[in-house]
Amino acid sequence: MVTTERSGEPEGRGGGPATRRRDPQQIAIWTAVAVLGAVAWAIVAFTRGEQISAAWLVFAAVASYAIAYRFYSRYIAYKALRVDDTRATPAERLDDGQDYQPTDRRVLFGHHFAAIAGAGPLVGPVLAAQMGYLPGTIWIIVGVIVAGAVQDMVTLFFSTRRGGRSLGQMAREEIGPVGGIAAIVAVLVIMVILLAVLALVVVQALAESPWGTFSLAMTIPIALFMGFYLRYLRPGKIIEISVIGVALLLLAIVAGGWVQDSSWGETFHLSANQLTLALVIYGFAASVLPVWMLLAPRDYLSSFMKIGVIVLLAASIVLAWPAMQMAPLTRFAFDGLGPVAAGSLFPFVFITIACGALSGFHALVSSGTTPKLIQKESQVRVIGYGAMLMESFVAVMALAAACILDPGLYFAMNMPATVLGPTLESASAAVQQIGFTISPADLAAAAAAVEEQSLVGRSGGAPTLAVGLSTVFSELFGGDALRAFWYHFAIMFEALFILTTVDAGTRVGRFMLQDTVGNVWPRFKDTSWRPAAWISSAVIVGAWGYLLYAGVNDPLGGIHQLFPLFGIANQLLAAVALAVCTTLLIKNGRARYAWITLVPLAFDAAVTLTASYQKIFSDNPKLGFWAQRTQYQEALDAGKTSLGSAKSVEDMQQVVFNTTLDTVLTALFAILIVIVLVDSVRVWITALRGRPLDSGSEDPYVESQIWAPSGLVPTREERAKQRELARAGGSG
Amino acid sequence: MSRLRAFWEFVRELAGERDYERYLEHCAAHHPGEPVMSERVFWRERTDRQDREPSARCC
Repeated sequence: MVTTERSGEPEGRGGGPATRRRDPQQIAIWTAVAVLGAVAWAIVAFTRGEQISAAWLVFAAVASYAIAYRFYSRYIAYKALRVDDTRATPAERLDDGQDYQPTDRRVLFGHHFAAIAGAGPLVGPVLAAQMGYLPGTIWIIVGVIVAGAVQDMVTLFFSTRRGGRSLGQMAREEIGPVGGIAAIVAVLVIMVILLAVLALVVVQALAESPWGTFSLAMTIPIALFMGFYLRYLRPGKIIEISVIGVALLLLAIVAGGWVQDSSWGETFHLSANQLTLALVIYGFAASVLPVWMLLAPRDYLSSFMKIGVIVLLAASIVLAWPAMQMAPLTRFAFDGLGPVAAGSLFPFVFITIACGALSGFHALVSSGTTPKLIQKESQVRVIGYGAMLMESFVAVMALAAACILDPGLYFAMNMPATVLGPTLESASAAVQQIGFTISPADLAAAAAAVEEQSLVGRSGGAPTLAVGLSTVFSELFGGDALRAFWYHFAIMFEALFILTTVDAGTRVGRFMLQDTVGNVWPRFKDTSWRPAAWISSAVIVGAWGYLLYAGVNDPLGGIHQLFPLFGIANQLLAAVALAVCTTLLIKNGRARYAWITLVPLAFDAAVTLTASYQKIFSDNPKLGFWAQRTQYQEALDAGKTSLGSAKSVEDMQQVVFNTTLDTVLTALFAILIVIVLVDSVRVWITALRGRPLDSGSEDPYVESQIWAPSGLVPTREERAKQRELARAGGSG
Repeated sequence: MSRLRAFWEFVRELAGERDYERYLEHCAAHHPGEPVMSERVFWRERTDRQDREPSARCC
């Protein structure tokens, strides 16, 4: 019954993979997966008025991913992209043992995943939970299948065909100089916003928390020690030093509890502004110090933690079956008055959840680093599509963890601090106002359970997730005695991921700036020239540091104001990536399949442009930046000394300034996206009319001399081939 | 036992610990007879490359 045949591709040299048709076992398995998925989706979507287990979200996600991976990603790879395993990849052709190197697909999957996933998928879904769990769940799962994973995979494929060119380079070569420059500007601005928002998450989590601050501060000496060890004591012994590092990290978390209760507690009791300053100094230092000291060891540490955390998270949700307390839909999905971030379901759920569903930032990793290491074109499926599904899975679990909290507590933690007021009573009253309940005593008890002074107004996602995780983890391991530990464990790994991004992001931003200025003043390009390094680091740190400072002190709430900007920026970058992919499909004569990236592009453009339009032009001051500005300016002009949550003239002036800046940035994003889209459409039309076009820079075909399996787990045929090659003495 | 060993080798490769071995294999295959970096120099060089070419990390 098992017939093996090649799916007949007219011009593909390798064609499709060996396909087994009508295998009853396969049909049975996939039918079972589909049934499980359908049941889980039905429970998630149609249960009203009673609580469901968070595990159903996980089942719905996993079944959908499996089917999408098996069928859709395969269709894209073999029909639209026509991956060709007889063609040598850049890793094989240009193998220099360093930058270009054919790397085992499982290893590369790990590296790629570590590079794309960090704190992002843990933050957005938590904030979007204010609309209920249903919109977020649907977007994360459907979004990743038709948009996010597609973007990552197609970008990876085209960059692999082009010697590992970066997104910016591809935009310039395939679309044109205008689109190319817009893409590069977008990347730089997005980097700055991203760093500011992520740093804000850390500040919100650690302010007034000696335990958390101490633990995170300890990661610096731990990283320095690891760096020294790898540099001078035992170079290359990465596993042993990572194990030591993780052990020290756990010790630092435990020790944080002791420090909090000791006389040292005051030393690590920092206000939000003190933490902001500390982060800015840290970011600058990390950008100018040699990588071996801080950045490289921290990277090892956070990669190790990433694996541990995901396994722990998935296992505990499936084992503990916690019930979801949040409603599937809250009224904020429709009235747009959500206290965490304003705006109704469309477009703001799609803005708030970027990482995990569709994240433009990934295109920077999918072009550039990973394509130089991939062994076989067909592996873009497992690495591009597969790693993104994995990130999406993390996002689903984060959403679940936020929704198992009491909604009253969720809102008390995530509304802007200025709305919640100074006391537990005022916070309780503010939550009551929006239609949820939590008593001051319950708020105190929730904080005491995790040994924090207060959880009120700790927006930013990380603390909420940490409370959710500590609830689930402590149910399985250690009970209430360990709740505070698990809470701080969760805060720690999120902060660790974020600091890794801040380190690397500041440095990447610095290099981009040096490169740009270097076009005018060549010496500035030299990355080892100290003055250039210092000046450009200071500029990048200053830019995100300023936004961070403004966010921390924003009377309207920093997360409330800045998070939508971050989302819009990230989706803008996704539009650039999808536009480049669509252009390449059309130019390569694959216009029939262009819908694969065109549909997500159209949706993404609609989302981003609607969101920017509403943020700029909405006359509702809760939503529109400009309306906010006008409201506060008019109040100032009328001689008022307080308005809403701004309690002084200085506060009001601050609001006016911040909202002006936010408006300008939003407008900039909208203009950039329009430029890229218009320029792309121009190229598509030219291509479709059959006019001659610069064929881009696809590398010429070189026949591959190596062989490697396509998927994570080799198929039966692939294992046979592996044995055969091993017998012949030449392995892949 | 051989499975355990293979798994351990995979973990080492995942962590990047086999990079020097892979470098030696690369040199042996592509540049036989040419001098190779010592282990210490190799690791130092490898880390310092990131000073010149940072890689992006997403969120």
